[in-house]
Amino acid sequence: MNTQTENKTQTTIDKTDCISGSEAVIKCLLAEGVDILYGYPGGAIMPVYDELFKYRNEIHHVLTRHEQGATHAAQGYARISGKVGVAMATSGPGATNLVTGLADAQIDSTPMVCITGQVASHLLGSDAFQETDIIGISTPVTKWNHQVTKASEIPEVLAKAFYIAKSGRPGPVLVDITKDAQFEEFDFKYEKCTGVRSYNPVPKIDSAAVLEAAKLINAAKKPMIVWGQGIILGQAEAELKAVIEKGGIPAAWTILGASAIPTSHPLNIGMVGMHGNYAPNMLTNECDVLIAIGMRFDDRVTGNLDTYAKQAKVIHFEIDPAEVDKNVKTDVAVLGNAKTSLQELLPLLQEKTYPEWHNKFKDLYAIEFEKVIKDDLHPTKEGLTMGEVLKEINIQTNGNAAIVSDVGQHQMIACRYAKFNKTKSNITSGGLGTMGFALPAAIGAKMAAPDREVVAIIGDGGYQMTIQELGTIFQQKVPVKIVVLNNEFLGMVRQWQQLFFDKRYASTEMTNPDFVAIAKGYFIDAQKVTKRKDLKAAVKEMIDSDGPYFLEVRVEKEANVFPMIPSGASVSDIRLS
Amino acid sequence: MEEELYTVSVYTENNIGLLNRISAIFQRRHINVESLNTSASEIDGVSRFTIVVRVTEDQIKKIIGQIDKQIEVIKAYYHRDEDTIYQESCLFKIKSDLLFEERQIQNIIKESNARIVTVNKEFFVLEKSGRKEEIDLLHRELSVFGIMQFTRSGRIAVTKEEMKISKMLQAFNQ
Repeated sequence: MNTQTENKTQTTIDKTDCISGSEAVIKCLLAEGVDILYGYPGGAIMPVYDELFKYRNEIHHVLTRHEQGATHAAQGYARISGKVGVAMATSGPGATNLVTGLADAQIDSTPMVCITGQVASHLLGSDAFQETDIIGISTPVTKWNHQVTKASEIPEVLAKAFYIAKSGRPGPVLVDITKDAQFEEFDFKYEKCTGVRSYNPVPKIDSAAVLEAAKLINAAKKPMIVWGQGIILGQAEAELKAVIEKGGIPAAWTILGASAIPTSHPLNIGMVGMHGNYAPNMLTNECDVLIAIGMRFDDRVTGNLDTYAKQAKVIHFEIDPAEVDKNVKTDVAVLGNAKTSLQELLPLLQEKTYPEWHNKFKDLYAIEFEKVIKDDLHPTKEGLTMGEVLKEINIQTNGNAAIVSDVGQHQMIACRYAKFNKTKSNITSGGLGTMGFALPAAIGAKMAAPDREVVAIIGDGGYQMTIQELGTIFQQKVPVKIVVLNNEFLGMVRQWQQLFFDKRYASTEMTNPDFVAIAKGYFIDAQKVTKRKDLKAAVKEMIDSDGPYFLEVRVEKEANVFPMIPSGASVSDIRLS
Repeated sequence: MEEELYTVSVYTENNIGLLNRISAIFQRRHINVESLNTSASEIDGVSRFTIVVRVTEDQIKKIIGQIDKQIEVIKAYYHRDEDTIYQESCLFKIKSDLLFEERQIQNIIKESNARIVTVNKEFFVLEKSGRKEEIDLLHRELSVFGIMQFTRSGRIAVTKEEMKISKMLQAFNQ
């Protein structure tokens, strides 16, 4: 590194438009409306942090306790606000610690921009201190990435980064900036990016395809909708509701589509997939027209593709052309944004109701209630169930809370039983299944929506993967509510071991620390519940608390999550026990 | 569905790192790339990848979708052999003595339409452009005499039908 350039951190800027690359980074973020970012400083990003100090009243930097926490917090922020989440880290280990969050954001289509520092450009490729090829490493898990080696490239690259991250099917972008580019000065000018010639974010809707879809739906006797996160990302909640209501079509959701339509809506028939509801899974193999909207036929949703909805005509409303026919062959594909596509579809739909068809869902729900839901929500045995904790949270928050769940049994229980009145209320790691997601994601969610109650539901395993973020919660005074459902097991793996590996519980039993003491060590109010009689009061105390609050609930050790479609089985082979 | 040989043409921005993104699409699906060539295209500032793979039609359609969605890819296409004019190129380095002492070598060069690029006291270099089978044949024939070095390019191809890439770019600029 050139010493003369290194010393430029102290240089006063004479001309207002001639600034350092570092200051340009901050000005670009401000121009994009960023007022909060999550990160962790280090040698190769220090010039940007130095500038950030100057702009600390305009951009709030949240020092997480690990770079992975920064990415998940940025994801939580993005998921609840619909805006781009921003995370920053230094080179080398700082950058590699972002990879899990990038991969999670990529598979769950979360708009995120990550900025990493990099060693000076003359050191690139020399195995310099804290050098990693983060561009090469992050390529498979980013929507786009780019390395900047000249300060003058920063405005254009960051403008492009934000545009790509949030447009079309959103996703994570990484911009890696060498240290010399952070010091270098140049004449700053910023223009927002409005298009990239090799990138067509939203395909033009083919009206003939919409018409064909409408004809199929109008002719159907047993139509069924499965919607995904495309509804939430495309802000198409009202349009979906209108289509469902006019067409009288029973509608189910994928895990990331949860909350787009209130849980209480009479045509909302529940969750599809491995631990989804009995009726929509079973009747996927009975409907005559399957209308998939903004979902990608994930293997956790479809089970065995050879037997998935083979009797049905399949209509796929999708923004990403690569998703069409990727897993399930469609009869009609309508490319485009869900909002616009459904707006075109609505006037073409006939007003209908399907009482007999709808009763089939009700009948199967009654079976699921008897065999699964009743015991989950109204248990008569001594041990506390995860379901009854969710039920109590629903009651105390009137279904208005945003639920941030981690990964495992508690996640499936949270998604199955949380009541959602509002959209963007279910924040979870769907595609990657990232344990450790919820605690930092809840921080971001609460900071993006301070007026909303944000409750993180976490298992004892995942909690310990990012438990250090309690430090961030304490330092930032984020009034997030944390519920750990402790069964002293890696519960979902244990369930599989019980069902498919002859109960050989290989490395899934956890000896846990005193979680309450740890929370209190971070000056967070906390308590533990082990008896049903104490649950209601404990949840009330948590919800009534003004600050962050930790609640540990000791739940049954070896309870299982049902219904369940065994991996690779047909959706109609769903088990209730 | 049976595997076939497909030629993939990808028009891209000329940016660092794109080769990595595109090759990763094949790597991730455990698809062995038969050959890969990158070069300038007929459009200024636009690069072209020509990739040959043996896959099913279902697979190639999905791969094209994944390539097409990369931000810096302008457009990707796939073609069967009958839809393209394609060539490969190769170089043989052979001992000069053989050129003068083995009459048969001279006949092979003549009949294969290969071209002598250079000759010196130690070795001569032979260049041959053509289809894979023609190059394979020449390689077999020359192997009998001994080859000092051999290298061949990936396939390059143009399509018989027009590829409407220029119109797409014009539409963007309007």
